[in-house]
Amino acid sequence: MGRPVAIIGSGQTKHGRRFDVTYPELVKEAVDRVFDSTGISPEDIDGVVSGTMPSMMEGVALTHFYFADVLRSVGKPILKTETCGSTGVSLAITGYYWIASGMADLVLVVGSEKMNEGDSQATMTTVVEPFYQRYFISGAPGIFSMQSQQWSVHYGIPEERVRAAATKLSIDHHNDAFDNPYAHIKKKLTEEEVNNARIITYPVRLWDVCPNSDGACAVIFASEKMAKKISKNPAWVKGVGYSGEEYWFGDSDKVVWQCAIDAAKQAYDMAGIKDPRKELDVAEVYNPFTFQELLYYECFGFCDFGKACDETLKGTFAKGGELPCDPSGGTLCTNPIGATGLNRVAEAALQVTNQAGDHQIPGAKLALAHAMGGVDQYNGIMILGSKL
Amino acid sequence: MTKEYNTLKNVIELPHKYAAGPAWTRFYDGLKQEKIYGSRCQKCKKVFVPARSYCPACQVSADEWIEVSQEGKVISWALSISHEFFGMPVSPPFITALIRLDDTDCDFLHFIGGIDLSDAKKVKDLIKPGLKVRAVWNEEKKGHMMDIRHFVPVSG
Repeated sequence: MGRPVAIIGSGQTKHGRRFDVTYPELVKEAVDRVFDSTGISPEDIDGVVSGTMPSMMEGVALTHFYFADVLRSVGKPILKTETCGSTGVSLAITGYYWIASGMADLVLVVGSEKMNEGDSQATMTTVVEPFYQRYFISGAPGIFSMQSQQWSVHYGIPEERVRAAATKLSIDHHNDAFDNPYAHIKKKLTEEEVNNARIITYPVRLWDVCPNSDGACAVIFASEKMAKKISKNPAWVKGVGYSGEEYWFGDSDKVVWQCAIDAAKQAYDMAGIKDPRKELDVAEVYNPFTFQELLYYECFGFCDFGKACDETLKGTFAKGGELPCDPSGGTLCTNPIGATGLNRVAEAALQVTNQAGDHQIPGAKLALAHAMGGVDQYNGIMILGSKL
Repeated sequence: MTKEYNTLKNVIELPHKYAAGPAWTRFYDGLKQEKIYGSRCQKCKKVFVPARSYCPACQVSADEWIEVSQEGKVISWALSISHEFFGMPVSPPFITALIRLDDTDCDFLHFIGGIDLSDAKKVKDLIKPGLKVRAVWNEEKKGHMMDIRHFVPVSG
């Protein structure tokens, strides 16, 4: 199982359109914040993990070399991890492995993206092979629309019911984002505005979709010895899970979505979680699209299959509900892709250490962080707790 | 007040030549003759389309060539109304769909066409999972996925 590992601090940048700084300057903002918040010195760090979306987004290949100076990595080992939308959780798991293995005591983990400098939708299509699937993958919205429609038909959920649940998620998260100082899009929305918004890819409408955000997130992982020495209040890694599927989109079932189910099961088994809905206090579920968030609730065992709309409309996953999901506003409101998954991990760590400020879930002790990458191909999860 | 700084522009063009290998060469050559080729795994007996040289699960040769049906059922679909997507051969509105061709074991991606796409509600009433569709071919063949123009609903 490896040695115990903790998160001792995190730093998020202001997210949004960040044409005020160069890309390395943006990364520096997150790295400086994590060193400020932990009080440790870059000299104490044993190794650095860095990751972004595919290089087409940045226009510069090997971004971990591009950022070497601001990552304070000169003279240290540096690893890059890149798994598309799940990059941030993969980064966290890479840092976790490094310390759990006994090969390092303090690891700096940084995810970043500048989505507004390049063409984000075009970059995402380059994830797909060019002669067959790229012709038929109408960006991320096309994939998620197909997945959502297949799901609602499979469980016989009326379209209006799915729309109502997605609308509630959109309104709640865009409202929750006001309480998160790092969130990008904060907006008071009405049902009418969400339901009548411009169609992107039917049935997905404008307010069902995440924005293009620029931003970075830095997290420091520590061994038990260092965590106890440095931090009064570390967040402990209780479980990790990561699972993938076949490359070709038509080869696997995205409704009873095995890699999402398996990633959660791995993490729950490691953390000793039997009933996630009861035992988890908060979850930061990757939600680039409202519709997809509903599927995750089912795949992660937060509710029965086919019941996510009912539970969402009952308020089970809203603030004050049985298992609040994405009190930060989530990916729906802030999506710097290479940082997004690490933002979920950082937010989960803030929650279990009672440092989440205005969006703190009172008394949270166990939190789940999640992200998905590729053409619905990979899912990664990290569970954090307040106790070792 | 945030000062507006300069932005600098850079364009990268990187042409590639991809080896198609034996399976895809045969598949694309088949399209020129209005045939859709799949291949059967020698171990699990699943039929994959487009044809593959190996089975993704068994990792054994999938070199039994089969001309598969040009008809199948809609598994799921998405209607793009206005947004242009990079790398796609058509402009909106268009419908992309997962289609299970008859007697195959994976879903095939292509367009659904030949219907009025101007009203999402009407499309939804017409295109439902399970709907039977068939391939319609372009006159000119290039050994290219778009030799199939799209799939259309089979009436009756």
